[in-house]
Amino acid sequence: MNKIRTIIAKEWAEVFQNRMVVFSVIFMPLMFAGLPLLMLYTMRGSTGMADSAGIPSSLLRGCAEGLTVAECMQVYFVTQFMMLFMLTPLIVPVNIAAYSIAGEKTTRSLEPLLATPITTAELLAGKNLAAVIPAVLATWLSFALFGLGARLLVGNAKVLTALLDPMWWLAILVVGPLLSVLSTNFALMVSSRVNDPRVAEQLSALIMLPLLVLFFGQIAGFIYLNTRLMLVLAVAMVAVDALMVLLATQVFQREAILTRWK
Amino acid sequence: MIHTENLTRKFRDLVAVDSLTLDVAEGEVFGFLGPNGAGKTTTVRMLTALIAPTSGTATVAGYRLGAEDGRIRRAVGILTEVPGLYDNLSAEENLRIYASLYEVPDPATQVQKYLRLLGLWERRSDPAATFSKGMKQKLAIARAVLHEPRVLFLDEPTASLDPEAAQVVHQFISGLRRAGRTILLCTHNLDEADRLCDRVAVFKTRLLAMDTPARLRTEFFGRRVVFHLREAPTSLALEVSKLPFVRDAQAIENKLVVALDNPEEANPQLVRFLVARGVDVLFVGELRRSLQEVYLQLVKAA
Repeated sequence: MNKIRTIIAKEWAEVFQNRMVVFSVIFMPLMFAGLPLLMLYTMRGSTGMADSAGIPSSLLRGCAEGLTVAECMQVYFVTQFMMLFMLTPLIVPVNIAAYSIAGEKTTRSLEPLLATPITTAELLAGKNLAAVIPAVLATWLSFALFGLGARLLVGNAKVLTALLDPMWWLAILVVGPLLSVLSTNFALMVSSRVNDPRVAEQLSALIMLPLLVLFFGQIAGFIYLNTRLMLVLAVAMVAVDALMVLLATQVFQREAILTRWK
Repeated sequence: MIHTENLTRKFRDLVAVDSLTLDVAEGEVFGFLGPNGAGKTTTVRMLTALIAPTSGTATVAGYRLGAEDGRIRRAVGILTEVPGLYDNLSAEENLRIYASLYEVPDPATQVQKYLRLLGLWERRSDPAATFSKGMKQKLAIARAVLHEPRVLFLDEPTASLDPEAAQVVHQFISGLRRAGRTILLCTHNLDEADRLCDRVAVFKTRLLAMDTPARLRTEFFGRRVVFHLREAPTSLALEVSKLPFVRDAQAIENKLVVALDNPEEANPQLVRFLVARGVDVLFVGELRRSLQEVYLQLVKAA
């Protein structure tokens, strides 16, 4: 456990010198918390639509009982932006983990590290946690910030309940960390295979594509997010994560990493 | 302390190390000499359990390669070709990471000891990125010995260092040698190998020669003694070469270069012979061939 802690501390001391990582851990979550709050603020007290005539059924489908059409609209639009919270657990690990191995290849610091008695499992656990912990904390803090802001901005308790419904708690508390694990291991896999940290970062960013499909699918009305779907997603993510951890461990071959880099 | 038996490593069709068999005794400083691409680094990587051999066996510090790799890694220290430091971290932080990974019992004392020994204590809080090449190399050496390994692998420890920094590293290696540490030293610097190593191996994919530097020199060039004379008569070399204990003699200006099997016994007789011939002997010395000449001859022949 000591060795894992050492790797985490080492990773953080190194990666937090990188402005991109600092941006993704601090400013991006702040931005993601700010956007739905801004939306909430601008739509505050909106009574532009008195009845449901002409409102798409996809919008009304998720409308909680006892909300006016205007409140439903407010919840609907703000919810679209809440998908951004799911980007943090994907983006932060990409920035940290992509550098993790490819960066060490560039600086040639991986060889002396691999010559120590650290096992591959300890090394990967350290690198995983070093990327997952900041991502999860940033996601949770940004959601907490949003929750706090929403409480201040929304007078109606029903709207607040609709905004912070169990689906989002499930998404932030369970799916978020699972997404972080997925993103980290994908980035570690890519990082093990390439020599340039920037290439690793760019390739690892591909992990965001499925979430973007979900995001735009939701906006376009093709996908309707609810607690049930989120639960299915969480279960599926557990399986996918297990597979990714296995793959990342398989791809991380000490010998190949040492002998194939240029 | 290190024993290899037909150790071989192939990278697809390329044979990097071919049937290497050698023994390095405890407390020995063993020089591993060879040109670039000879397979020195591959050998070091195999012996430090970083990569697996294709065939053959080896034991390092009493542990079997392949079966007890974790123990080998704990028992050895390695200075890699490139220092590979964490540039954003201070010298002290760099060492503390490794102290923790090697589970050094008293990391603070150990870190301080080696930073002081290598003259880096005053700069302990500075990021490694601000260090000169020599300082980085010294820090990497400190990292390699921090856990007091029984066997130390040093890959080009003085490459690209200025003479002053190289001297500090040489002194440090000499200190380790006095402390009885087993060291395998890969180097291109043959003068360094000559001065520091008990034995050397000349290697180019396979082992070309292995012995003490002095014995290698004798084996390849014999022992030669140079007699500085006031004047050398033209027939002198021929007369000397006919003496039974002389292998060969050559006159070069006022010097007589004589190849002998046993100079300690033959020199007094030769001096008496020359004086009896009326030749003034100004002084006598052994003509030392450099290890570089042995090395070049071996590598060219390979």
